[in-house]
Amino acid sequence: MNRSLQLDPQGRLRHLLTLEGLPRALLLELLDTAESMRHVALRGNKKLPVLRGRTVLNLFFEASTRTRTTFQLAAERLSADVINLDVAASSTSKGESLLDTLATLEAMHCDMFVVRHPDSGAAHFIAEHSAPQVAVLNAGDGRHAHPTQALLDAYTIRRHKPDFASLRVAIVGDVLHSRVARSELLAFGILGVGEIRVIGPKTLVPDVLEDFGVRIYTDMDAGLQDVDVVIMLRLQRERMRGALLPSESEYFRRYGLSAQRLTRAKPDCIVMHPGPMNRGVEIASEVADGPQSVILEQVSNGLAIRMAVMSHILGPAREDAA
Amino acid sequence: MNRMLIRGARVVFPHLGLDRCADVLFEAGQVLALDPEAGRCQDAEVVDGRGHWLIPGLTDLAVRVREPGQSHKADIRSEATAALLNGITRIVCPPDTAPPVDSTAVVELILRRAREARGAQLHLVGALTRGLGEEALSEMGALRAAGCVGVGLVGRSLNNNYVLRRALQYAASLDLTVYLQPCDAPLAAGGVAHEGKVSTLQGLPGIPELAETLALARDLMLIEDTGVRAHLGRLSCARSVAMVIEAKRRGLRVSCDVAMPNVFLNENDVLPFRAAARLDPPLRTAADRDALREGLRSGAIDCLCSDHQPHDPDAGLAPFPAVEPGASGLDSFLGLGLKLIEEGVLDLPTWLERAALAPRRVLGLPMPGLEAGAAPDFVLFDPDAQAPLLRERMHSRGRNTPFANWMLSGSVRLAAIADRIYLRS
Repeated sequence: MNRSLQLDPQGRLRHLLTLEGLPRALLLELLDTAESMRHVALRGNKKLPVLRGRTVLNLFFEASTRTRTTFQLAAERLSADVINLDVAASSTSKGESLLDTLATLEAMHCDMFVVRHPDSGAAHFIAEHSAPQVAVLNAGDGRHAHPTQALLDAYTIRRHKPDFASLRVAIVGDVLHSRVARSELLAFGILGVGEIRVIGPKTLVPDVLEDFGVRIYTDMDAGLQDVDVVIMLRLQRERMRGALLPSESEYFRRYGLSAQRLTRAKPDCIVMHPGPMNRGVEIASEVADGPQSVILEQVSNGLAIRMAVMSHILGPAREDAA
Repeated sequence: MNRMLIRGARVVFPHLGLDRCADVLFEAGQVLALDPEAGRCQDAEVVDGRGHWLIPGLTDLAVRVREPGQSHKADIRSEATAALLNGITRIVCPPDTAPPVDSTAVVELILRRAREARGAQLHLVGALTRGLGEEALSEMGALRAAGCVGVGLVGRSLNNNYVLRRALQYAASLDLTVYLQPCDAPLAAGGVAHEGKVSTLQGLPGIPELAETLALARDLMLIEDTGVRAHLGRLSCARSVAMVIEAKRRGLRVSCDVAMPNVFLNENDVLPFRAAARLDPPLRTAADRDALREGLRSGAIDCLCSDHQPHDPDAGLAPFPAVEPGASGLDSFLGLGLKLIEEGVLDLPTWLERAALAPRRVLGLPMPGLEAGAAPDFVLFDPDAQAPLLRERMHSRGRNTPFANWMLSGSVRLAAIADRIYLRS
C-alpha cells in the first residue's frame, strides 16, 4: 500500500513518505546521486538548474529551524523557488483545517510539499489528500518516519565504511519516540547491514524490535562492544515527566556516550547524532567534538541527500545532476 | 394497521425448537397466529417469504445514538431507524452522551425521543457514577425507575477502586446489572493502536493488552467481592476470554460481549494509517481475533455487538492519531453475522444466540415468541441476496466503517418490533 502511494509504475518516487517497502537499488541510487551532489557543493557555482521554475513549500507544523534550513538550502541549490510556512500545530489539530490549509497551498501551484508534523502518518494523510501533481517529502511525522535523515546517515556511514554487510551498528537511546531510529532500522535492513543493535532502558526500547532481527541491549557497555558505528539519539527533556526515566544525570551515567565508554567499540568506530545534541545528557562534549565524531559531516551530507531526493522526485527522469 | 401474513418463510427460533417453513399472521402489537391457522386468513396483506428466513430481531448491546450532545454526528431518530432497517429490533445505548445519562431528565429525554422515532426499541444504560466520574455514585434507583436497564461505565474504567467497589455494592443491593468496559485509563492514555509490532514500526502510540486485562482482573475481583451481576463489554484479546472463562467457572454472575470489528480485523488492518480502523478497543493480533472467534463459538463470549459509533466525515479527515475512534456498525451487523456462518465460525442457532437471544438475557427481557398474543419481535430477510457495503447506501448517518465495499449477504425485507413494522416495498 505504501509502495503504490509513493512509487510510480516505473518504480520512481512520487513521494517520499517512508523507506518501508523501497527497493535496495533505489536507496543505492539515491546515495550515489548524493555523492555527485556533494561535489557540487564544493565548487564555486553551487547551483544546479535541475528544479528551475519549480516551487517547493516547506510546510512545518512543528518548529525546527535547522531541518527546515537544510531543505530550503537543498531546494535553492537546485534552483527551485522556496516558500517557508510554519503552521502552529494547535491551529490544525482538526483534520478539516489541515485540509483547508492544503487546499489554500495547492492554489499556489507548488510542486512539492516538504512536511513536518507531530502526528505519525501525517505525511501519508497529506499525500493522499493533495492534488496529484504535488509531491510530498516527509521531513518527519510524529514517531513514524524521517526518511531523509536515515538516508543521510546511511550515506555518511558508507563514506567511511563502504561494506554494509560487515558492519555492526548500534543505535542508543529513546527508540520508542524516535522517527529517526525507525527510519534507520528500515534503511539498514534494506541495505543489508550485518548486525543492528539497539541500546537503552526498557522504557524507551520496545521489546518487539527483537522480532525484526534487532539485538536489544539494556547494558550500554555490553551493547557497544566491537561496534563499527554508534548512533546516539536525542533525549527529549519531556521524557522525565512521563515516568520513563528518573533523571538526566542518571541517564547519562547509564547510557551517555563518554570517551571511556567509547573504547569498548572498535578503535575506528564512528560516532553519529542526528542533532541537536544535549551535551552531557546523551553524549559527552569530548566525544561529540572528538576525532571519531562525524556529526558535522552528517549536516553537510544531509544537504546532499535532500538534493538527491528532490531531484529524483521532481527532476527530469533519469538524468542525474552532476 | 392491517393484518400481515408472511407466507412460506423458514422460521428459525432456536429457543422455541423451531426451524421449519411456516406462515406467520400478525398485526401491529401482536402475533395473531402461527400456521396452520395463519394460512387460512383471507384479509391479510401477504408477504411472500419463500427463500427468506424469519428470525428473532437482532439485539445490539452497544449503539451510540449521539443524542444528546453530538447530533451533528447522528441522532436518535436516524440511528433507531437505521437499526430497524438493518434487522436490529433492539439497541442498547451506553451512558456516554453529553450530558451523560446520570439524571432522570436525560433518561426521560432519550426515551421520549426514542418513542417518537418509532424505530428499534431503545434500551438505556445509566451512568454508574455521577458524570461518569471518579467521585460520587449516580442516583441508581431513580435511573432505574426512569427506565434504565442497568448502570455502567463505558470506554474506560474508574481509577478509584474505593468508589468502584462502593458503586458495585450499591448496584448489587438494587439488583441492577452493571455494564463495564475494562480499560485502565492511565495505561491506555494517548494510545491509538494495539501496542505491538505494527504500532511499533509505524510509530503509533500503543494501547497495551495490559490496559484491558489488568482492569478486567480488578473488575472481576470486585464483582466477586460485591456479588453484583455484571456484563463486560468489548473484550479484545485472548487473555480476557480466558479470564472470563475462569470467572464463570468460579460461579461469578458475569456475561461478556465482543465488537464485530475485533472478530474480523486485526492490527495489520490499520495499515497504511487507515482512519476507519482507528478503533477503541484497538484491533489486536490475529491470534486474539481467532481467540475471540473461538470464544463466540464455545459460548465463553455470550454476545456479539456492533459497537456502533457513528461519526461525521470530518472526524476521520485527519492524520491517524487525530482521528476520532470508533466505527459505524449497524449497517454491517447482519451481513457480518451471516459471514461468520459462511466462514464456519458459528452455526445458525449459535449466531442467533449471540446476536439476538443472549443479549436479551443480559437485559433481563423475555424471549421473543410467535404464539398468538406475543409482541412481534422478528426480522424477515433474504439470506442469499449479496451486495457490497457502499457508504452512500448506509442507513446510519455515520459512514465511518472499516468494511466499506465488503461483499455482504442478507437483505432485510421486514422487521417488526411491538407496534412498529418496517416493510421494504
